[in-house]
Amino acid sequence: MAKSLFDKIWESHVVKAIPGGLEVFYIDRHLIHEVTSPQAFDELRERGLPLLRPAQIVATADHNVPTRNQHLPIQDPISRSQVDKLTENCASFGVELFGLGHENQGIVHVIGPELGLTQPGMTIVCGDSHTSTHGAFGAIAFGIGTSQVTQVMATQCLLLSRPKRMRITVDGELRPGVTAKDLILHIIAQLGTGGATGYFVEYAGSAIRALSMEGRMTVCNMSIEMGARGGLIAPDATTYAYLQGRPYAPQGERWEQALAYWQTLYSDDDAEFEAELTFDAADIAPMITYGTNPGMGIALTGHIPPQVPAGEAASFDKSLQYMGFQPGESLLGKEINYVFIGSCTNSRIEDLRAVAAYVQGKHKAAHVEAIIVPGSKSVEKQAIAEGLDKILAQAGFELREPGCSACLAMNDDKIPAGAYCVSTSNRNFEGRQGPGARTLLASPLVAAITAVEGRIVDITQYLN
Amino acid sequence: MDKFQTLHSTAVPLPLENIDTDQIIPARFLKSTTREGFGANLFADWRYASDGQPKHGFVLNDTRYHGQILLAGQNFGCGSSREHAAWALYDAGFKVVISSYFADIFRGNALNTGLLPLQVTEEVLQRLVARVTHYPNTQLVVDLPAQTLTVPVWEESIGFDLDPYKKECLINGYDDIDYLLSQQAAITTYEQQRPWNF
Repeated sequence: MAKSLFDKIWESHVVKAIPGGLEVFYIDRHLIHEVTSPQAFDELRERGLPLLRPAQIVATADHNVPTRNQHLPIQDPISRSQVDKLTENCASFGVELFGLGHENQGIVHVIGPELGLTQPGMTIVCGDSHTSTHGAFGAIAFGIGTSQVTQVMATQCLLLSRPKRMRITVDGELRPGVTAKDLILHIIAQLGTGGATGYFVEYAGSAIRALSMEGRMTVCNMSIEMGARGGLIAPDATTYAYLQGRPYAPQGERWEQALAYWQTLYSDDDAEFEAELTFDAADIAPMITYGTNPGMGIALTGHIPPQVPAGEAASFDKSLQYMGFQPGESLLGKEINYVFIGSCTNSRIEDLRAVAAYVQGKHKAAHVEAIIVPGSKSVEKQAIAEGLDKILAQAGFELREPGCSACLAMNDDKIPAGAYCVSTSNRNFEGRQGPGARTLLASPLVAAITAVEGRIVDITQYLN
Repeated sequence: MDKFQTLHSTAVPLPLENIDTDQIIPARFLKSTTREGFGANLFADWRYASDGQPKHGFVLNDTRYHGQILLAGQNFGCGSSREHAAWALYDAGFKVVISSYFADIFRGNALNTGLLPLQVTEEVLQRLVARVTHYPNTQLVVDLPAQTLTVPVWEESIGFDLDPYKKECLINGYDDIDYLLSQQAAITTYEQQRPWNF
């Protein structure tokens, strides 16, 4: 019977089907961080349970770490205690930790792929909704709650119902200035913030194939923003080339064996999907969001909808009131106070290169504060090796140290109430970047041009 | 996990769509390393001004509305996977959230917390919101074993779906981990027999 990529990976991880439809589902790789793991470790202690497979868990500190002076003790005592607790838990349970100061430290969804921990055919979970990022490698990867973190720690399994399958095919070529971020913001704007609830999405088509691994990660990362359980892309030569030689990727004969297996991971011609959508890459423009969920996106040169269906009016009005925008208006010319380039969506070396390439020889607008937070120590090191740090500094951008930073503003990196921030992150929810902060999601290229111009512009006028 | 059988309660209407977990519990309150105490910051930025004073007009500050059931617009609990959102609702006294659909991760987290995500049609949701908004003392009855939501004043019982296994867990206060631990032998066998090894 014809199977989808999703079916092949899912079925190979079912330990047992139980009456009623739930399945005992095996997890290959478990990533943990300081915010959603402490209660899970405590529960193991209370129940007297060991970790079943400590070697399949990797930890890092990312959500709640400062992005300045990481060599010094964390100043906020509550944050420090949370990060210290992760260190203590990993030491006492025997989990490998890439903590602050470690050369492998970084945002959990950035370090997994760059270390080769993320591989095709795997099942990967983390107590973080953007775990969908790892699907870019042809893995089933999804976010879980803390109770499930405990379950995976104790049994390496979860009790799950199988999601429905959706395939989103994007054919054709992206236009100049249109990036993976615009592609996924466009799709989410079409489906809405809950449009893929209950589904696991496979991205396919020539425009997806043409993306780098970094671009594919950006796309899969934001699957959750339309409600999907996760997103994945069949592995191909781009995937293998990215993985080969990475520290945790298979080596030698094991690489050949893995490769032979990975090459079986694709959707068969007649594979069934409960939903199929197709997009033409040429229809996608540089995007920006105007509201308070990621589905509220428009082309940069577009207009905010003048009205919405009656049932959604309350949320729409509340959202525009929060953002200080009017129905039907254009965002072009709006003054911006902050630009944040970072997060598990867009903090990889390719993102930093795109920003540096544009801002080289230019300077940010005087009224804009622009920060760049690399996704990992490795990205930071690479940026410095390529001289990007100097280009960014000369352009007035501050290059920080790795972490989740102003994406969720758990640390001190907050946008002030009422201020507008063009952000390369994934969520524009009310208060996400700090109480009262107004977030406009966009690509790194749009963010870079916005920082230089100090306002929202039609970026196609600024491209060489 | 606490056991859940039946609940007789009034409800609190919050009929906004796409309420995300950052609203339910903002990230800056996630620094605690225990499960307790999140209720005080439930909907913190909607509920309190920056000086900590209650905001007029938010339903949790409106003394007319109270109860252990939250009535919310569609796609409740979207966004972050933080289980702290379910803990905050539970800690604040809610035992049931009624919506026309829930975000997947939130639904799972709620069930693992003992909070019942009760899905009704959009039409039923709108009628409930209208009724409760105008008549805050309207009693609702959630009967989990019977899988019904009853509105006595309407003389109407509405059925709802729930996975039979998760239903048993809620009724008996069982966690998934109890079941998974009982499957240790099957898990070990699976590990030994898997066709490849990374």
